[in-house]
Amino acid sequence: MSTMDRIVVAGASLGGLRTAEQLRRAKFAGEIVVVGDEPHMPYNRPPLSKEVLAGKAGFDSVAFRPKAAAGDVVWRLGSAVASADLAGRTLTLADGESLSYDGLVVATGLRPRRLDVPGPVGGRHTVRTLDDARALQGALRPGARVVVVGAGFIGCEVAATARGLGAEVTVVEPTPLPLVRALGEVLARALLERHRAQGVRFALGRTVSRFTGTDERVTGLVLDDESRVRADVVVEAVGSLPNVEWLEGNGLDLSDGLLCDEQLRAVGAPGGVVGVGDVARFPNARYDAVARRVEHWSVPGDSAKHAARTLVGAEQEAFAPLPSFWSDQYEYRVQSFGAPGLGAGDVRVLEGDPAGDVLVGYHDGGGRLVGVVALGGAAVVARAAAYRGELSSISAGSAGSAGSAGSSDFSVMQGALS
Amino acid sequence: MKVVVDMDVCQDHGQCVFASPEVFRLSDEGRLLYVAEPDESLREDVEDAADVCPLQAITIED
Repeated sequence: MSTMDRIVVAGASLGGLRTAEQLRRAKFAGEIVVVGDEPHMPYNRPPLSKEVLAGKAGFDSVAFRPKAAAGDVVWRLGSAVASADLAGRTLTLADGESLSYDGLVVATGLRPRRLDVPGPVGGRHTVRTLDDARALQGALRPGARVVVVGAGFIGCEVAATARGLGAEVTVVEPTPLPLVRALGEVLARALLERHRAQGVRFALGRTVSRFTGTDERVTGLVLDDESRVRADVVVEAVGSLPNVEWLEGNGLDLSDGLLCDEQLRAVGAPGGVVGVGDVARFPNARYDAVARRVEHWSVPGDSAKHAARTLVGAEQEAFAPLPSFWSDQYEYRVQSFGAPGLGAGDVRVLEGDPAGDVLVGYHDGGGRLVGVVALGGAAVVARAAAYRGELSSISAGSAGSAGSAGSSDFSVMQGALS
Repeated sequence: MKVVVDMDVCQDHGQCVFASPEVFRLSDEGRLLYVAEPDESLREDVEDAADVCPLQAITIED
């Protein structure tokens, strides 16, 4: 690795920034070039569905402040990477420029999945980038009829923000409860009640068959039971797709993001290629050998630190971050530590009551706690944090039957709940 | 090393507490407390704490 003169980081969001900074911390003294498709310097995405969407935060308040040690990083913004020749250690950018490298960081993140149904396109939004959020913000007027398709975290946060702005909000979701895949039934029901109390309407167990409207603009949706919902604005929050097409033709496993090993090295690539952030599919040695993509905010930072050390050839243990995520909706926070999805079969209320502040525990087949999720105010969130030590003690080789569940999701039976 | 947390921005996520427990902690009510001038030897931990803050509310002033 001593011949490494230039490392190119593909992706200029949180993962790209943190990798550049961590390379400097790991004493890499060569050139670092960060390539990004957006015109903006790296910024924080969680506020996009909340403060930015509510018009309360501009770019300055969400922009990251790069560390001084990374002050000499070269930023090539506004141009995506179009293709890669890993054997030749060369990238081609969308603007035609060719860029050679000695080390490559794959941190190209995700883009929103779009609904593939007939009908007009105008008036249909997603929330992934700053520009997305600004475009949607202008449409969220008091009284506007907003239909959110998808009741995951983004969909639920957008619904809450839109209600706060006085919009009429309907959420369409194919599963029987919002967020049930991520949180299980107890908290999903508790969140559904909170949203309903705020006046959000739900069409659960329903999918979108088509959009209706003029040539240019959507004015409504037809659902799979032929029911109709009027809409001035549609927000599609139906998941994400990893940005990996530029890596095709190099013999990599790109079936769901970039497959990486326990040191975040790209599997099947020549040396010096690592994956960072939510585009990377990696095993977490804390739990099992199953490689998964993880769309938590903590992943870019954690994986950047590990991948930077891998690139400079530092000795280190297998990557084993403690998962953690949160979501703010109305005055409530959802705060998770550990891997609730690995404990989906044994869910218990540990403290409080689902009608108020509540802390829920998720246990593996052996009855061991593998994840906790709090819902409520600061005190119960702090109680969740108190379990973090116990959850951290699950380490490589001690995971027992946690991995044998083979799933990081709660199984959801269509129509089984109502 | 001087640490500044913008308490108007902080939302008590507590991620800093795990990164740098010598400098940051949460009260029983879940509110953030921190040491404003920690020892220089803790710099890497405090940098990690600043990194993991979801609100990016932590600044290190040299």
